Amino acid sequence: MIHDPSTSVIIIFSLFVALTLGLSFYMASKTKSAQGYFAAGGGIHWFVNGIAFAGDYLSAASFLGICGMIASYGYDGFLYSIGYLAGWIVALFVIAEPLKRLGKYTFADALDAKFQSRGLKLAAAVSTLAVSIFYLIPQMVGAGSLIKPLLGVPHHYIGVIMVGTVVTLIVVSAGMVSTTYVQFLKGSLLVFFSAILTVMILNRGLDVNAPANREMTADSREAFLTAHAAGSTAATPGPGVLVPNPASWGERPYLQLKDEATGRISIWRETKGTEGKFHVMECQILVITADGKKLVNGLPHGKGEGEADFWPVGHVAQLPGEETKSGELGPLGFLSTLQGSEMITWNKDLIRAPEGITTIFYPAHTKGSDLLRPGNLPAFKGIRSEKFLDKLNFLSLMLALFGGTASLPHILIRYYTVKDQAAARKSTIVGIGSIGFFYVLTLFMGLGAMTSGAIDVSDSNMSAPLLAKSLNQWLFAAISAIAFTTVLGTVSGLIMAASGAVVHDLAVGVLRIEMNDHAKVRLAKFAAAGVGVIAIVLGILFEKMNVNYLVGWAFSVAASANLPSLVMLLFWKGTTKQGITAAVTVGMVSSLAWILLSGDTYRDVYNLPEASAIVPFSQPGIVTIPLGFLVLVVVSLLTQPKESPAT
Amino acid sequence: MAGFDHGPAVAKEVEDPIETARRAKIGLVLFAVYLTFYASFMLVNAFAPSWMEATPAAGVNLAIWWGFGLIAAAMVLALIYAWLCRTPEKKPHA
Repeated sequence: MIHDPSTSVIIIFSLFVALTLGLSFYMASKTKSAQGYFAAGGGIHWFVNGIAFAGDYLSAASFLGICGMIASYGYDGFLYSIGYLAGWIVALFVIAEPLKRLGKYTFADALDAKFQSRGLKLAAAVSTLAVSIFYLIPQMVGAGSLIKPLLGVPHHYIGVIMVGTVVTLIVVSAGMVSTTYVQFLKGSLLVFFSAILTVMILNRGLDVNAPANREMTADSREAFLTAHAAGSTAATPGPGVLVPNPASWGERPYLQLKDEATGRISIWRETKGTEGKFHVMECQILVITADGKKLVNGLPHGKGEGEADFWPVGHVAQLPGEETKSGELGPLGFLSTLQGSEMITWNKDLIRAPEGITTIFYPAHTKGSDLLRPGNLPAFKGIRSEKFLDKLNFLSLMLALFGGTASLPHILIRYYTVKDQAAARKSTIVGIGSIGFFYVLTLFMGLGAMTSGAIDVSDSNMSAPLLAKSLNQWLFAAISAIAFTTVLGTVSGLIMAASGAVVHDLAVGVLRIEMNDHAKVRLAKFAAAGVGVIAIVLGILFEKMNVNYLVGWAFSVAASANLPSLVMLLFWKGTTKQGITAAVTVGMVSSLAWILLSGDTYRDVYNLPEASAIVPFSQPGIVTIPLGFLVLVVVSLLTQPKESPAT
Repeated sequence: MAGFDHGPAVAKEVEDPIETARRAKIGLVLFAVYLTFYASFMLVNAFAPSWMEATPAAGVNLAIWWGFGLIAAAMVLALIYAWLCRTPEKKPHA
C-alpha cells in the first residue's frame, strides 16, 4: 500500500530522531576517553541498564515482525515471543554466573582467557561478525518497511539507506554511551506506547467490519458473471467482464474480471459457501513483469489516475452470538471473544512464469479458535502432520530461540556495563520483566491489527504502525518514531559489537597490530562504517521477508556457532582450544549454509522455486546446534593435552 | 563490556568462590525447572497439538495460557534467583 505522508506524523517523527541524535552528539562531547567510547564507564545504574536491555533486545523484529506475524497468521508469532524470552533464562541461569567467574565479559575474551589461541580468536571474531550482520539484516528491512509508508517514499531501499546513514553517524560519533541512553529511551517508550496501544485496542473492542462488497454469493457462476458484467452487483469495482487466466495458473480457482474502461482487474476466488450457491471472495493481485514493472490489480502500482493500490485488510466476519459489536473488552474477554469469532485472513499464492512473477493474495474465512492455536504459519503447518520430519522445522526453531539469546554477542556485552554483580542481576530482572510484559502486549497488538481493517496485505511488517494509524494519528506518529528509534538502538548496538570484534579481536588479537587507544577508536569507527554499508546492502536484498523470521535465523546462527562452545567451556574441563575452534567454525558455517540453501531463501531472496531447495526444512537449529556440540566433543577428545612429565 | 581491553572499567569486586559456586548451582536448578516447562510446551505442540485447543479457563485456550505461563515463569524465576543470590549477612568471627 502507498500512504499519504501526514505532516503531523513527519513532525513528531523528526522530533524523535532529532532528540536521539542530539542526545548522541551531546554524550559524544562528554566522551573523552576510548574507555568511554566502548564501555560507558561501567557506571550505569541497574534500572537504566535493565530498561536498556529491553531497548536493545526489543528490536524491530520483536515489535514489527511479531505483531505482523500474529496479525497475518495468529498464534505462531507469539511462539517467537515465548522463545525469545525463554532464551533469557539460559543467559541468566546458565551462562552469566560462570562467565563472570572467569572474570571476563565477552565470549571471545572468555575463550582467550583460557586458551590464548589466535585461531580461536579468529573463529570467535568471525562468528561475532557473522551473527551481528545476520541480525542487522532484519533491522534494516524493518527500517525500509517503516520509512516507506511513513514518508510516502515509493521504494523500500530509500528507508534502508536513510536508517543506515543515521545509525552509522551515531555510532561513529559517540559509541557505547549514547547507545545505552538511546536504548533506555527507546525501551521505555516502546513498552509505554505499546501499553497505550493495547488499552486502546481493548477499548475499541471487536466489530464485524468485513466489507460486504468484496464477498459475493450468487445462484450460479453464470449469474455472478452476468451481474458483474452489467455492473449491477454491489461489488467493487464493477463492471467487469471475464478474461481468461494465463496458462501458468493451471487449475487455480480464480476468476479475473476486467473493467474495459479503466483496465482495472478484480480477481475473485471461488470458495465454499452455502449448498448449491456460488460463492466468491475478492483477492488482490500483484504482478511483477519480466521487465520489472509492478502491476497491482491490473494497473500500475500507484495512487494516481489510472493506477491502483492494495486495499487494506484485517477484518472480522462474525462475532460470537450474532453480535455486530462487542464493545469494550478486558484482556481475557478479548481473547475469548476472538476464540469464538470468525476472521478473514489472507494467504499468498505465488505463481512463477516467464512473463513475470504473480502473487495472488487471497482471503479465507478462518475460525478464531484455529487462529489462536499454533500451526498456521506455513513453516509450522507440519506440526499437525503425521510425519516426524514435518515437525522438525518447529522444534528446530524453538530450540534455536531458546539457545540463541545467550549466544548473541551484543546481549552479553550489555550485561557488564553496571558496576557489580548485584547490579547486573537486578538489571537483568528489570530487563526480563519489561521484555516479558512487552511480549504479552504483542499478542494483543497483533490480534488487534488482525481485526483492525487497516493492514497492508503485501507487507506484514507494517501491521503494528498501521494498527496505530487506524486508532489515532498521533499514536501512529509516535509508534512509527519509536519503531524507528527501535531500529536505531538495535543497529547501533550491533555495529558496536561488530566493530569491537574487528578492533579488539581481529586487529589486536589475531593480526597483532600494535595500536594506541586513539588508533583503536579510529579503526573501530572505520569498521563501524564498513559494517553499516554491508547492512544497508543486505537490507535491500532481503526486503521481502518478515523481519521476525530473519531474526529467527540470526538466533540459529548464534546458537549453532556460540552456544556449544560457551556451554562446554564453562562446564567441561576436557574442552580444548582446537575443539572450540572447530565447533565455532562448523556451527557457524553449517547454519549459514543451511539457511542459504533453504526453501525460504530460495523463494524470497533468489526467486527460485521453493521445492528445489537442497535442505529438507528451513530452520537449521536442530541439526546444527547438536552438530556444534558433537564436533566440539570429538575434536577435544582427539586433541587432549598429553600428560606433562613429572618434574 | 567494560574497558577497551574488555576488562572491568571499575575495580573488580572481590568474589567469594563458595558464593559464586552456590549461585551457579542455584542457577542450574532454576534452569532445569524452566527447561521442563519449556520443553513440555514444545513437545506437546509438536506431538499433541490438539491439546492446545482446549479452553480450560475464561474461554482462553491452553496455548495462550501456557504461553503466558512461560513468560510469567521467566519473571518469577528471575526474582527467585535474585532473592536466593543476595549477599548473606557476614557472620562475625568467633
